Amino acid sequence: MAVVSGKAETHRVIAPGETAGSIDDAVLNPVLAGPLRTPTWWWIGFSIAMAFLSLYLVSIVVLISTGTGVWGNNVPVGWGMPIINFVWWIGIGHAGTLISAILLLFRQPWRTSINRFAEAMTIFAVVCAGLYPILHLGRPWVFYWLAPYPNTMGLFPQFRSPLDWDLFAIATYGSVSVLFWFIGLIPDMATLRDRARSRFQKILYGTLCLGWNNSARAWQRYQRAYLLLAALSFPLVLSVHSTIALDFAVAQVPGWNNTVYPPYFVAGAVFAGFAMVLILAIPLRRGFGLQKLITRRHLDNAAKLMLATGLIVLYGYVVEAFMGWYSGVEFETYFIFNRIFGADHWWAFWLLIACNGVAIQPLWFRRVRQNPLALFVIALIVSVGMWLERFVIIVVSLTKDFLLSSWDDYVSTVWDWSLYLGSLGLFFVLFFLFIRLLPAIATSEMKELAHHDTLHGSDDDFEEIRQRYHGEEVGS
Amino acid sequence: MSETIAPEGVAQNADLYALVAEFDDAESLMAAAEATRDAGYTKTDAYTPYPVEGLDEALGMRPSRLGWLVLIMGTLGGLGGFFMQWYANNIYYPLNIGGKPLNSWPNFIVITFESAVLIAAFTAGLFMLARNGLPRPYHSIFNTPNFENVTRDKFFLAIEHRDEQFDLVETRAFLDLLSPTQVSEVER
Repeated sequence: MAVVSGKAETHRVIAPGETAGSIDDAVLNPVLAGPLRTPTWWWIGFSIAMAFLSLYLVSIVVLISTGTGVWGNNVPVGWGMPIINFVWWIGIGHAGTLISAILLLFRQPWRTSINRFAEAMTIFAVVCAGLYPILHLGRPWVFYWLAPYPNTMGLFPQFRSPLDWDLFAIATYGSVSVLFWFIGLIPDMATLRDRARSRFQKILYGTLCLGWNNSARAWQRYQRAYLLLAALSFPLVLSVHSTIALDFAVAQVPGWNNTVYPPYFVAGAVFAGFAMVLILAIPLRRGFGLQKLITRRHLDNAAKLMLATGLIVLYGYVVEAFMGWYSGVEFETYFIFNRIFGADHWWAFWLLIACNGVAIQPLWFRRVRQNPLALFVIALIVSVGMWLERFVIIVVSLTKDFLLSSWDDYVSTVWDWSLYLGSLGLFFVLFFLFIRLLPAIATSEMKELAHHDTLHGSDDDFEEIRQRYHGEEVGS
Repeated sequence: MSETIAPEGVAQNADLYALVAEFDDAESLMAAAEATRDAGYTKTDAYTPYPVEGLDEALGMRPSRLGWLVLIMGTLGGLGGFFMQWYANNIYYPLNIGGKPLNSWPNFIVITFESAVLIAAFTAGLFMLARNGLPRPYHSIFNTPNFENVTRDKFFLAIEHRDEQFDLVETRAFLDLLSPTQVSEVER
């Protein structure tokens, strides 16, 4: 079996022989280490992310002080990059909820070691996403007008508008994700409280754990509440990206008015989200030496889900093209021709197919799915591809819609890009702080898994069969 | 913590919270919890590093009814969300747009659903915390020796002083029979 950089790799959900104590040490020691013992790679990554966060703040100051004219948005393309990036970010968040809620309900034990940081990824992606529509309003300081509240104008928001649906969907998604994440963290905070080495840690974790005492009576209610939150998050996550798809689908713009949008957007969201999970998990397991807890099995399964959702997305592209032709509507037919062969943006469509359609095909092979480097590269390509998808949907459709007189080109500006790169900085600053201050793996859930594993053995029957088939020693 | 010498049959130490037995693994704790329940103790609790399957039944706990509450609150949240939109568009500020119906309910579905989920989820989370008495920085069980390892890999079983059957000597003898690694008297 393959061995990488001194750490034994495994194909099981958890490496054999892990105990409650060893899980604690592996996950919590990096968190509890003093500031001077922070790994160098953390400081480097954090500094780079901070630089981009500064760029973000500068971009926001320029945007607010000057106005949305600093962007490339114009009259046919009113949405432009802010909404492309908004949809891109919110999509990334969805894999976190899928892992933490949906896989919990389906009793997939492999979710356990990746759910915590995937949930964190969700929250940070929602933060990055949520700021875009607010900034895009032009007057971000009155964004709260979207919410129903008693006001001197005597008005309610327009509840029939998908933009208001967005507010409700994202606000609910963000707050329920934070609640789910925090409740999941409580037992781990209690563990950190008991292991705390400094006064700062004692106060921080002692406060955040709310006085959790690991009582069986508390665990029973806790597990029930956690299950209920998962059951509620399942339809919630599907509704959020469906709502975002409805922003498009209820419009009359050629190519948008399409019933395939909600399911196709949800699949695209999970696809992009798993790519980001891999982008984060592969360096994380290596940086903190967590290969025994985040194993090749996890990478393999995440890659399988990426492949499956990628194929659904590819099907979405085919249906879009078919509907454009089959509708017989002049504008729809022209739109799909323009998307695929049009002189201005044909490259975006074909690059999109290359990234989201062709680049994922190697994932059919187990060897690729279990190669961290290959997966990392494919995940990066998919992230670019999913950005291009939103570019193709928003820009290509809007530049050439109905009347020739209203056609216009879209050219993004330096402030479009600085805001985008800056939002990546915001995301990674939050993520670096998270992996330094909070456990990236849910230790209490991992202990349960290890206990189960010791009692009932590995659940990896396929691996045993494979080893017998290849004449390897079983359990090696 | 001072050793208290108790007259036979009387639980006299007012400062005593519980007798707490410590175990090394979940299986011994399960067996001990079942024996404790069968011996008739009711004011008991176990403390474990992770949720142990079946321990709630071994302690004689009833299944949680949180799900019903969440269902009710979620339904109310959804009805409330729909009512808000219906009221705004039909009563408070009716606005005729292209002759479309004022109560255009398909447009209200998204916000209705999101309100239902929002209320239901916060009911589940906050009510769980409230029923568990959290946040609560201090709890007598934290006085147990070695209790900091409950969050690592140790298991504890407590029989509380307020239990009707509690008797310092007899209960201690009973716990000793369950082969714990140690039994401690824990003060409030």
